Amino acid sequence: MAGRAGLNRRAALTAAGLLAAAVVLAPYGVMLLTALKPEAELRTTPPQLLPIDWRPQNFWTVVRDSDFRSWLQVSLVVAITSTALVVVAAVPAAYFTARHRFAGRTAFLFLVLVSQMFAPTALVVGLYREFFELGLINTYAALILVNAAFNLAFAIWILRAFFASIPREIEEAAAVDGCGPAGALWRVVLPVASPGIVTAAIFAFIAAWNEYIVALTLMTDAEMRPLTVGITSYVTAYVQHWDLLFAASVIAIVPVVVLFALIEPYLVGGLTAGSVK
Amino acid sequence: MRNYGRLLEQEALPVVIGNTAIWVAGVVGLTILISLALAQLLDGAFPGRRLVRWALIVPWAASLIMTAKLFAWIYDYYFGLLNRLLTVTGVLARPVDWLGDDRTVMGAMIAVGVFVSLPFTTYVLLAGLQTIPGEVYEAARVDGASGWRAYRTVTLPLLRPALLVAAVLNLIYVFNSFPIVWTLNDRNPGFAHDTMITYMYKIAFKSALRDVGLAAALGVVNVGLILLAVTGYLRMVRWREEPV
Repeated sequence: MAGRAGLNRRAALTAAGLLAAAVVLAPYGVMLLTALKPEAELRTTPPQLLPIDWRPQNFWTVVRDSDFRSWLQVSLVVAITSTALVVVAAVPAAYFTARHRFAGRTAFLFLVLVSQMFAPTALVVGLYREFFELGLINTYAALILVNAAFNLAFAIWILRAFFASIPREIEEAAAVDGCGPAGALWRVVLPVASPGIVTAAIFAFIAAWNEYIVALTLMTDAEMRPLTVGITSYVTAYVQHWDLLFAASVIAIVPVVVLFALIEPYLVGGLTAGSVK
Repeated sequence: MRNYGRLLEQEALPVVIGNTAIWVAGVVGLTILISLALAQLLDGAFPGRRLVRWALIVPWAASLIMTAKLFAWIYDYYFGLLNRLLTVTGVLARPVDWLGDDRTVMGAMIAVGVFVSLPFTTYVLLAGLQTIPGEVYEAARVDGASGWRAYRTVTLPLLRPALLVAAVLNLIYVFNSFPIVWTLNDRNPGFAHDTMITYMYKIAFKSALRDVGLAAALGVVNVGLILLAVTGYLRMVRWREEPV
């Protein structure tokens, strides 16, 4: 009897799980199906879920669009460069705070935590003024700096937890084998911490890739818009290319979902490290 | 300083503050309730759990502006599938102009806010659930507590730290959220459905005012509000340095 009750419970859980997955994915299914419709089918009443005339060519139209290509280039340059900056700055900072006690350590970690909580949104007007004075509106440098600055805190926070979980004995053993502190960090600690570094890097990349408001504010020049801002010009008061908007969105979303799925096993622990105790 | 004085003279300010309160309370409250159920579900073992976890990642990974545009399309009065779904199933007698009707626009925006906040919140609560050792439940069962009672008396108290983290981080993220309100409230003139953040942005860059000084004053007020929330958060979780 207990076996049957367990079986029923599993069936109920599976059904509930599949229902939840369907609800979460349904809107993105609409996105994909709309991206596959010809323009004329966007305005049928009553609206249909499935395209009558399937148009995978919409994706080809988007990829060949020179505007789309320039948005993609801006997004890639900004996301990759700011992620590299974040990793280069966060690894030593996180390692040092995980391994050493120093005056102001608590204050430093506190500041990191607080700055993590300031989404750039609240500061965007100030940022605009500052970059305007500096003459950095419409430059890669402006967007890269802002993204790196805002993602740094989170990266330090995640990495610190990873470094703190690595036993000190590993470095001591390396020292016995004749490794200096720098060598131990490079050859022993970093390889062990690499899942943490990958997690932090993917987080920084996705945050920069999806960033909207700062780009909307600082990149007023059509040539310098990243994907998030650029694609909105497919649907304005004058043109209504929902099909192309969603085709471009699918292209932007799929790689990020794959990256995210890669770090999924670390999400539960890594995300809340240091805060959930 | 004059900017702060002028800020208080803005007629739209009380409405915007009210909208912000409804937006934040609605999204955070509903998100946490639904996430509690989802986290509980994902904590159990069943075939296909992996698939559900991957599905849950999608709204988290997708850019907010793209998800917001997607919902603007789904909510569309004439061509949107939501009205079609609700009229075909008989839930609604006639279509609703979700984003144009003053009575529905805030609710429609809150629904999208909840949708995009669920993944992160569920993962935080799931992390909290996984720190609860199984023996605790066994002890509760021996004492005769099971089902809903065990959940209320054992799980919820032990989940408190994770709940606090989820609540306060969401409070900050939702307060700061821009793309959803910006996109879904796009058609409506004035500030009747704006939150503090979109109001600030409109003052600075979009409205007839074009007043960066006034917007910067509002920005400082916003930062102050977030700081208050952060301080409250650190007090609640009694943030302290962990031993090395």
